[in-house]
This record gives sequence, structure tokens and C-alpha cells, in this order.
Amino acid sequence: MSAFNALLMRDLRLAARSGGGAALALGFFALVATLVPLGIGADLKLLARVAGGVLWVGAVLAALLSLDRLFQGDFEDGSLDVIALSPLSLESVSLAKILAHWLSTGLPLTLISPLLALLFNLPAAATLVLFVSLLIGTPAVSAVGAIGASLTLSLKRGGLILPLIILPLLTPAVVFGAGAVAAMLDGRPPSEGLTLLAAFAIAACLLSPFAAAASVRLNLSS
Amino acid sequence: MPNIFRYANPREFMRLSAALLPYTAAASVVAIAVGLFMSLTAPPDYQQGMTVTIMFIHVPAAIMAESVYGLIAVTSLFSLVWRHPLSDVAARAAAPFGALFTALGLITGSLWGRPMWGAYWVWDARLTSFLILLFLYLGYMALWNAIEDEIRAARAAAILALIGAVNLPIIVYSVEWWNTLHQGESIISGKLAPVFLWPLLVMWAGYGFLFLTLWMLRIRTEILNRRARTLMQEGA
Repeated sequence: MSAFNALLMRDLRLAARSGGGAALALGFFALVATLVPLGIGADLKLLARVAGGVLWVGAVLAALLSLDRLFQGDFEDGSLDVIALSPLSLESVSLAKILAHWLSTGLPLTLISPLLALLFNLPAAATLVLFVSLLIGTPAVSAVGAIGASLTLSLKRGGLILPLIILPLLTPAVVFGAGAVAAMLDGRPPSEGLTLLAAFAIAACLLSPFAAAASVRLNLSS
Repeated sequence: MPNIFRYANPREFMRLSAALLPYTAAASVVAIAVGLFMSLTAPPDYQQGMTVTIMFIHVPAAIMAESVYGLIAVTSLFSLVWRHPLSDVAARAAAPFGALFTALGLITGSLWGRPMWGAYWVWDARLTSFLILLFLYLGYMALWNAIEDEIRAARAAAILALIGAVNLPIIVYSVEWWNTLHQGESIISGKLAPVFLWPLLVMWAGYGFLFLTLWMLRIRTEILNRRARTLMQEGA
């Protein structure tokens, strides 16, 4: 467990010291949230209506920004070979990296979302649903994203192909997350969307360390 | 580069496919010709009118699009578990046809939707999941093209195909859930009269044989390419 913690702390420190950690993703998220009203108009009713979807899509895109470096940096400088030789299994390594990515992007994005929801005139109850849905759903974004990051880790321009691979797989998260917010706005219970989202997130977090480890392995053995 | 032909028997495939190709090619031409004739002479539907003709192009394409993805998933599993290089080639060769069938399904669907629903694109659950299926195909092909090392590319693509196959039912379910949340769109259902069923089945058989023919051709081309590459490396 200590090796797991050491890797987690190392990745968090790397995220904080190179590239400003969460700041870039948060800035991107805030900019998307600013540009959408500029694009579709300042009608507060319309903005409240689309807030759930826009903020969910914005959060997923913001989380994708730092995803391509999840394994790539360690692969390029050789530390991934050293980590693979450690007693820690590659599955645990992938889990630590997913957790580090979530703590440095998914969680900050979730925490800032109520503030952005305010700009969209989202009612308080729906804002709470948005917050909870992002809290449940962003781990799934990091987990599924880790599969894409490990598949593309040897590519110099992996950042371009990663969204094409990952975004279709993340459809259910966006549908259930934004759907729960929309249900709340329509006066229906958001629990159905939230529980489906939780099921998707749990499945993604359980399965993706294995898939990510398998593709790291194939990239290391040559 | 290791000589991958030690592990498989493409020679057997070359022999078998050479024998089968003329028959599958002939079968696809005949079935599509007969199917098109039956489609065009089918009576207009009492609700859909002449637009029912589009269905004979559309439905088999949609079925093929799904089946080819399943085929890629199965061959990917073979490639990951048994490391059979021929299944890598087979999975890769099938992908563009799957994408084409998906695109054909989407295009004919939107052409049918214009007179029926009043819009080229409706966010119907099936249309939406097929659009996502098209993106899955494109991502799969893009990953395969992006990685230069052939064996690595094959394994990575196989992992992606399997993840996609696991996730596809969830995507379809989520889109259906989303669709019933937003609007109740009726999907045409009910019993199909034989006069419509037969052209559909014949067209489906035609598409199937066409896919089989082109698939085998592509696999053969890839095997010959690899042989040529090996020969050039040995000669150099």
C-alpha cells in the first residue's frame, strides 16, 4: 500500500508543479462556460435549461486536456519501466494514476461547478444535483480516459486521437449526468439518472485498471 | 521484425479464399440485383408510400453495421487470447466496411426521415446510437493507423474493440433512456408483410456476400503485402 501511496503522491506533486495542475483545466472549464452564453444568447431561462448539458460536456472536455500525459511522460523518460519493475502490479499503478488524475482535475472541476452553474441561473436544487452527478461521474471520466491514455502512450501526437477514442465511450456518463439535472428541472426525481451514473462509474473504475494495465504491458514489451 | 507466418497458417486461408471468392462474388451480384428488382417492384406501403423502398437498402446496412462490429470484437478476442496474426488482419480488414455500412445506414435513414419525420436528422434513439457506432469505428481505425509498430497496433486496437463491445450495450441503453426522457419517438414496429420481407432478406444476403467477398479480398491483399515486405527485407 505504501508503494501505491508513494506513486499517488508523486503523480499529484507532478501535476501540481508542472503545468499548474488543476488551474489549466479549471480555466478551460470556466472559458467554455463563458463562451456558451455568448454564443447562444443571454436568455436566462434558456441558459438554465442547457446548463446541465453544457457544464457536463465542458467538464469532460476539460478533464481530457491533461489525460494524454497520464502515462506518456513516464513512458518517454523511462520511469514507466522502473515503475513496472516495482512490486506494485500494473493494475494498481493504473488505479493510482486514475486516482491522481481525478484528484487533480475531476475533483476541482466538480468543486467549481456550482459557481459556474450560478452564471447559468441554475436553481439551487438542480445545482446540487449537478454537483453530485459530477462528483459521481468524473471518476468514470478519469477511469475510461486512462484506457485511452494507455492505448496512445507511445504516440507523439496521442492528444489528437485520444478524444476520438474516449468520447464515444463516455456517452453514458454525459447522458445520465446531464439527464439527472434535466429531470430535476422538470420536477422529476433525479435519482434514476444518478444511480445509473453511479453504476456506470463503478463499472468503469473496476474494469479500466485492468484494460489500462493490459495496454501499458503491450507497449512496454517490444 | 520476427517472421509472423511461423505462428499462423495464411497459406491455408489463401487456398480456401481463392476457391470461395468467385462464388461469393457471383452470389453478391445476383442477390443484390434480384433484391433491387424486388425492392423497386414492391408495392408502396399504405403509410410510408414509395419511401418504403429506402428500407430495403437501409435495414440490411444497419444489421451489417452491427454484425461487423461484433465480428471485429470476436476476432479481436481471438487475437488477444491466441495471438493469431490472421485474426489481426481480419479485424483490421473488416473495420472500413463496418464504417461504410454504418454510414450507409445513417444516410439512407436520414433520406427516409425527411419525408417521414419532416427532418433529415431526428435525435431518435437508434439514429443516435448508430452515430456513436460510426465514431467507435472511426476511433478504432484511427488508433490502428496511428501506431506504426504492426503488432502493437493490432493489440491496442483489439483492446479498444473489446472495450467498445462491452460499452456498446450501455451506450445504446443510455441513449434510449435519454430519448424517452426527452421525447417519445415511435419506432416503426409491427408485422412485416411477406411482400416487404422477401426483398429485405434477399438484399441482406446480398450485403452479406458482398462483405464476405471484399473482406476476403482485403485479407488476401494484406497477406500478400506482408509477404512482399518479408521478401524485400530478406533480399536487402
